[in-house]
Amino acid sequence: MSTRRLAADRLQPDSFTFSTENAEWVKTQIAKFPEGRQASAVIPLLWRAQEQEGWVTRAAIEETARLLDMPTIRVLEVATFYFMFQLSPTGSNAHIQVCGTTPCMLCGAESLVAVCEKLIGPAHTVSADGTLSWEEVECLGACANAPMAQIDSWVKGGFHSDYYEDMDEEGFAGIVEAFRAGNYPKPGSQKGRFASEPLGGQTALTEDHSETYNASVAAAVTEGAPA
Amino acid sequence: MSFDFLTDENRIFTNLYGQKDRTLKAVKARGHWDGTADILGKGRDWIVQEMKDSGLRGRGGAGFPTGLKWSFMPKETDGRPHYLVVNADESEPGTCKDREIMRHDPHTLIEGCLIASFAMGAHAAYIYIRGEYVREREALQQAIDEAYEDGLIGKNACGSGFDFDCYLSHGAGAYICGEETALIESLEGKKGMPRLKPPFPANVGLYGCPSTVNNVESIAVVPTILRRGASWFAGFGRERNAGTKVFAISGHVNRPCVVEEAMSIPFRELIDRHCGGFRGGYENMKAVIPGGSSVPCLTNAQAKDVLMDFDALSELKSGLGTAAVIVMDESTDIIKAIWRLSKFYKHESCGQCTPCREGTGWMMRVMDRLVEGRAAVEEIDMLLEVTKQVEGHTICALGDAAAWPIQGLIRNFRGEIEERIKALDTGRVTAAVAAE
Repeated sequence: MSTRRLAADRLQPDSFTFSTENAEWVKTQIAKFPEGRQASAVIPLLWRAQEQEGWVTRAAIEETARLLDMPTIRVLEVATFYFMFQLSPTGSNAHIQVCGTTPCMLCGAESLVAVCEKLIGPAHTVSADGTLSWEEVECLGACANAPMAQIDSWVKGGFHSDYYEDMDEEGFAGIVEAFRAGNYPKPGSQKGRFASEPLGGQTALTEDHSETYNASVAAAVTEGAPA
Repeated sequence: MSFDFLTDENRIFTNLYGQKDRTLKAVKARGHWDGTADILGKGRDWIVQEMKDSGLRGRGGAGFPTGLKWSFMPKETDGRPHYLVVNADESEPGTCKDREIMRHDPHTLIEGCLIASFAMGAHAAYIYIRGEYVREREALQQAIDEAYEDGLIGKNACGSGFDFDCYLSHGAGAYICGEETALIESLEGKKGMPRLKPPFPANVGLYGCPSTVNNVESIAVVPTILRRGASWFAGFGRERNAGTKVFAISGHVNRPCVVEEAMSIPFRELIDRHCGGFRGGYENMKAVIPGGSSVPCLTNAQAKDVLMDFDALSELKSGLGTAAVIVMDESTDIIKAIWRLSKFYKHESCGQCTPCREGTGWMMRVMDRLVEGRAAVEEIDMLLEVTKQVEGHTICALGDAAAWPIQGLIRNFRGEIEERIKALDTGRVTAAVAAE
C-alpha cells in the first residue's frame, strides 16, 4: 500500500460543480443501485469529476459526499484508496500511465519509462510547459499487447482514455510529442495488429472479417482520433 | 499423437478479436441469444445440474466448480433479494482474457448473466469492471443497452416471464478488488478491503444479501454450454479439467496472443500452434509463469512437457490460475522479473492485515537487494521463512499470492540467486585486496 494525500491547499480550487450534462449523468448512476445504497455510485462519480477537472480536488470530494449523502471522510477514504484517482493536477493535454509490471517489463517497458523521464520529467509532476504528466502503473491487463500505456487525454474537445499497445521507444516518443502538440494519435496496436490475435499468423476465427477497427480503436476514432 | 486442437466450430467466443461484425444482429446470427427463453424454461434445478455435469471450474483463478457454487445460494428467498456479481476486475499480471470478451463478445456475458441470475433466483446482476478498462466499459454498456432495447433483458427478459436487470459499475485501480469480498465492499462504495469469511457471500454478500461472485469467463461460457450440452463441454480436456479456456500468452514468444483452446493442451502445442513458437527455440526458454503472477514459476524442464490444466500444474506446485502464461527466455533476469511482482504486491496490499501490509514491503526490500546480489546467502532462507509467515495468515489470498512467486523463485532458481551474491562478494574481496 502507499500513502496518498490530497494536494496542498494552495492548489485546491474553492469549489466544484458537475457540468449540466454530468449532473444529469450522476442521476443515472445513482439509479443503478437500490434505494439507500447510493454510496455505491461513489467511484463512478469521483471518476467523472476527474474526467471533468483532470484530477480529484477536495471540493469534488465534498460535493460527491453531498450528492450521495455520505460523510465526507468516507469519500475521502475512497479517493485516497484507489490509485486511479489523481490527487494533484495532471498535464492539461494528457496524463500517461506506463504499465511497468513483469509482462510489460519483459517486453521493454523500462525503455518507455525512460522516454517519459526524458520528454516529460519526473513521474507525478507536470511538465514545464504544463501539457503532460506521467506515472508508472501496475498491470493494465493488456499483457499480450505488451509493452503498453494508458493515456488519459483532454484533447479534441473532450476526455478520452485509450490503450496504446505493442509499442517501441521511438513510436512511443512520437505519441508523447503528438499529445504535447494537442493531437490525438490513434490508439491500439502500434504494430498493425487488429486486437490480440497472433500478429502475422492468425490461428483462430479467420473467417468473415468485416470490422475496420477493434472496439477500443473504433470508439477513439468516433471521438476524433485519425481514421 | 498430436493434440486435438480446438476448431472454430467449437469455440464459444466466436468474435474474440472483434474482427467480425459486432452488431447485435450479427451476434445473433452467430448463435448467441438463441432459445434463451427455452433454457430458462427448463428450470433452475436443470440449469444448475447441467452446469455441474459440464465440469466447468471457475475461470477467475481458484478453479472452484461453478455449478456447485451456484447451488450454495438459498433455494427460497427470505425476503432479501439475491444478486449475481460478475468479477470483471481483471488485474492479475499476465491476464488479459476477459478484456477481449467484454469489448468484442459482450453478449456472451450478458446472456450468461441472465441465465446464471435466473438459476440463483437473482433479478439483478452487477458487473464490476476494473476502472482502467474504459473502452471495454463503453463497449459492454453499449451491448447492455442493445439487449434492453431488444427485450433480451429487462422486464420479461427474452419473453420468458422473468424480470432481470443488468448493471455495470466500475472500480478505480485496486487489484485487491478482484478478491470477491473486497469487490463487494467496493461495489458498496467503500475501500476494497476483504471481509472475513464466514459468513460467505452466498449468505451475506452484496448489501447483506445472498450473492454469488463469478468471473467474466465463467459466466460468458454458460449459454453455449447449456445450448450444446454439458457433455459437449466436458468432452474437452482431461477429467476434472473440462472445457475450453481462453489463454493469454505474453512475454518471449514469437507471437503473443489471446486464444481460446481446449483445456489440457500441452504447453508446447499451445506455443507452437498459436504463438509461432518460442523465441529462439525451447532450449532458449528459462522460465514460465503458467497462470498469472500469483502462481509459482516453472523451469524449462518442468514447463516443456506440462499439460495446461488445473491438476497437471498443481502437481508441479504451480497452478493454472487465470491461464495467463508469461514466458521468459534465457536473456531474462529471473530475479528481477520476480522482484517486479513483489513490488506489485507491495503496491496492491490493502493494508488491513499486518502480515501482508508489512510482509509485502519487507519481501520487496529483500528482493531489491537480491536483484543486485547485495545480501548474505543465509538471507535466502530467511526470506523463504518470511514468505511462509505471510502465507495463510491473512484474511484474503493476497498474502499467499505475494509469497508464492518468491517461493517458486527460490525453489527453482536458488543457484542463480546464490551465484549473484557470490559474484558481488568476490568483487568486494577483489576490490579489498586491490585497495591494500
